[in-house]
Amino acid sequence: MPISGTVTMRLNDTQRLLTPKAAPLSDFTLIMRRLHVDGPLLIGLLLICGFGLFVLYSAVGESNRLLTNQVIRLGVAFVAMFIVAQLPPDFLRRWTPWGYLAGLVLLVLVLTKGDVGQGARRWLDIGIRFQPSEAMKLAVPMMAAWYLHDRQIPPKLGHLITIAVIIIVPTLLIAKQPDLGTSLLIAASGVIVIVLAGMSFKLIFGLGIAAIPGALVLWNFMQDYQKQRVLTLFNPDSDPLGAGYNIIQSKIAIGSGGLFGKGWTNGSQAQLEFLPERDTDFIFAVLGEEFGLLGVLTLLVLYMFVIGRGLYMAVQAQDTFSRLLAGSISLTFMVYVFVNTAMVTGLIPVVGVPLPLVSFGGTSMVTLMAGFGILMSIHSNRKLLPH
Amino acid sequence: MAALLSPIKDIHSERRLFLARVILAAVISIILLGVVVARLVQLQIVDHELFAEKSQGNRVRIEPVPPIRGLVFDRKGRVIAENLPAYQLELIPEQVHDIDDTLNRLAAINLIDFEDIPRFKELSRSGPRFKPVTLKFRLTEEEIANFAIQRPRFPGIDFQPRLVRHYPSGPEVAHAVGYVGALSTEDLKRLDPAAYAGTSHTGKTGVESSFESDLHGDAGYRHLITNARGRQVPSDTSELLESLPVDQSSAPGSNIYLSIDLDLQRLASKAMDGRRGALVALDPWTGEILALVSTPSFDPDLFAVGMTTSQYRELQDNPDRPLFNRALRGSYPPGSTIKPMLALAALETGATNMTRKSLCRGFYTLPNNPHRYRDWKPEGHGPVDLHDAIEQSCDVYFYEISGEVGIDAMHDYLSRFGLGTPTGVDVLGESSGLVPSREWKRRAFSDRDNQRWYHGETVIASIGQGYMLATPLQLASATATLATRGKRYKPHMVAAIEDGLTGERRIIQPERMPDVEISNDIYWDFVLGAMHDVMQGTRGTARAVGTGAAYEMAGKSGTAQVVSIAQDSEYDDEELEERQRDHALFISFAPFDEPRIAVALIVENGESGSGVAAPIAKSIMDAYLGYGDDAP
Repeated sequence: MPISGTVTMRLNDTQRLLTPKAAPLSDFTLIMRRLHVDGPLLIGLLLICGFGLFVLYSAVGESNRLLTNQVIRLGVAFVAMFIVAQLPPDFLRRWTPWGYLAGLVLLVLVLTKGDVGQGARRWLDIGIRFQPSEAMKLAVPMMAAWYLHDRQIPPKLGHLITIAVIIIVPTLLIAKQPDLGTSLLIAASGVIVIVLAGMSFKLIFGLGIAAIPGALVLWNFMQDYQKQRVLTLFNPDSDPLGAGYNIIQSKIAIGSGGLFGKGWTNGSQAQLEFLPERDTDFIFAVLGEEFGLLGVLTLLVLYMFVIGRGLYMAVQAQDTFSRLLAGSISLTFMVYVFVNTAMVTGLIPVVGVPLPLVSFGGTSMVTLMAGFGILMSIHSNRKLLPH
Repeated sequence: MAALLSPIKDIHSERRLFLARVILAAVISIILLGVVVARLVQLQIVDHELFAEKSQGNRVRIEPVPPIRGLVFDRKGRVIAENLPAYQLELIPEQVHDIDDTLNRLAAINLIDFEDIPRFKELSRSGPRFKPVTLKFRLTEEEIANFAIQRPRFPGIDFQPRLVRHYPSGPEVAHAVGYVGALSTEDLKRLDPAAYAGTSHTGKTGVESSFESDLHGDAGYRHLITNARGRQVPSDTSELLESLPVDQSSAPGSNIYLSIDLDLQRLASKAMDGRRGALVALDPWTGEILALVSTPSFDPDLFAVGMTTSQYRELQDNPDRPLFNRALRGSYPPGSTIKPMLALAALETGATNMTRKSLCRGFYTLPNNPHRYRDWKPEGHGPVDLHDAIEQSCDVYFYEISGEVGIDAMHDYLSRFGLGTPTGVDVLGESSGLVPSREWKRRAFSDRDNQRWYHGETVIASIGQGYMLATPLQLASATATLATRGKRYKPHMVAAIEDGLTGERRIIQPERMPDVEISNDIYWDFVLGAMHDVMQGTRGTARAVGTGAAYEMAGKSGTAQVVSIAQDSEYDDEELEERQRDHALFISFAPFDEPRIAVALIVENGESGSGVAAPIAKSIMDAYLGYGDDAP
């Protein structure tokens, strides 16, 4: 029963109608709604970023210059979020295929003409330098959700195959750069979409088992340093000064932090440079060392709140595209948090995934915040539905 | 349009399905993050202590603090070896952009030697990049001034103050005190690595080496906070210092007082200067070594400071062998200096008596053998008794009695005076010399003909030739035993050891050795009287030296034939000729009645014991007894 376009009432008005006893909305809340900004999500994000800046200040050796740098990046990321929040979901959906195709073209360009940095070809210089793979982090789940929007849920096998192609093509292009971490995350964001869309568990387990030979193929695809990372995970002490060094030092940092930590800027592992990549991928270890288990749990609770709020917004979403996209964005964020913390604590291989909103560096932050902008747009553009 | 063409979507069931999947995803998320939290609890609570310890071990480096080496003084407290603050030139590899270029430019301004560049390059590559490499241990003031001007041209090169061993009397004491040199890998195998972790130099020879354990002291250590590259973190900027364990300061090494009298040592060095030879002066009643000289000598500072490859090669290749300690290690035929000891042996064994006379015609032959054993005086000494034979050093008399004494009795008596065995001096590396015997010859040779002892060998042994060898130290010790009429004291160079911390002084007591027992004191009087007349009698070989002296003295000259010159030696003809001349020896003690000093010396190729060596011995005794111009 097609209903779109028949109702124009905004949800904020609806809410008043449905819950007459609720307190009248304050002017502030009203302004937030008009700005398409979700208060709880914004507060959660700000808390994470604020806490992150504290940790980062210590991790960069109390450098004001680098801290200012990060504040500016955060500012840019929040502006990006705010701008994206103003774009209605319908608009986003209409432009999704074009964005996706443009992303693929850019990925191919990167592989042929991109700038080399740290042994990988990830950057593209078109006036400004940027990583097309970042754009794909949003474009892939959007494309998957777009494809399923008008189709039957749960999806049929044929549709699943189409989506698999949508996911696999950019994943392989990015893995070829090589950027294994990002390609896996992008694949995950696409897979999340189809799982949320109701793909049958039989199929999920079936594919899971089929994935084992796939993993072997992938192993042959991997660069030596990537293989080394996997091997090191299983026995970090085998090469304490080589590949295992990062994991050993980060475990020492976290473990020596104890319950309360060594105090802000007092972590010897971090301050004396034993901990590598302490301001980027391994910043979680600095947090663990200086703020202890309590500090780490605080950050994890904040992350859970943001993820929970995102999932709530997904459940509240009113069309297939919106809810699949919102769910995927929230859960991908969760995957980020899990992969980084699990890697820093030595549970999974080191895959170069930053701790979202805390690690130093700008590109991924803008993508992340743009994703939250989409969530806010979806949430604030809901329409009154008859029950 | 698309919506109309697609199958009808059941919005409600889709929402329910989606909700179920979100709930499932949330549960999985909670489980995943729960695993991370469990891991964190394991790391931060369960294994916290383990990791805390590892983190402490990570950041704290224990740095050894080297002790200050003990000083060496002479018997009157004058400095022989000290530690001077000096500036050394260092290169810090990580701060030097182009090591090759920098070293070449340093060599161009003569701060280092071109030859040493490969060595320094190797050193700067092998260690940690932040650890300085010492290019030169002691810079002269001129070099410091010179470098200071050019310093901006040499980033990463700097001079640093360090303590460097210095021997103020240099070559004059070199063979007595020895020297320190940079620790080598061989040294490190021998020494306790923990005690020497911060030490750069160790004793290589002489007292410096033999008393290394006293002089070195105990290393301390301090805890440093270091970063991951091992570089120290400045303490004032770090709040991490508080939890450090207590440091241990180093204990300085003991100071050593030598029995050497620096004035006498210098005088002897001067007297021997320009010759190859050695001189040892002893206090006969204690065994204390008053002077120990071996010439030519070298500057021990060269080893302490470090020398260039060419400097070292020059010392090594010098045909005069300045590094060779002739006083301890030089083995020479003792020549006639053993005659007083053989005289005692002859009297004791009854091979002769104090009055028996022989006619010396300038040579001696064994029965049934035409070979003439010549006296040093071709025309002969005429009729001589044992006294005259010592006073005039008549060889024929000793040739004649040699058969009756026999080689084994000679060996026995000379051994009692300490010849043929190391004296046991407290400095390492002495040679044992050689007093031959039938037994020795059987063991020393493999073929039957050589294992036999021949009578002729006894004949030449009686004038200290043939197989017989003695070191100057052994001769001095034997002379001291003559002076004390048989009381023997082990020669030693260290008189006292003073604890570096408490200042407590341990005096080294004279060590008595088994006496040389002679049945009749008259024999001592007789032999020593003859030695007295060598210097102050009417026909003594050294009367030119001893006559007119203000005190009474005794002595015995000797000349030793140079046995052979190695075929590969690089001497030119003139030098070769010079080096085939006889060695000149002299032993003496004074004052005659109450001996206070015994001197033995050898001048290589000096030809005449009484003419060349005796005046030197006399000047030493003069000075020590307070009669000379240079009286201490």
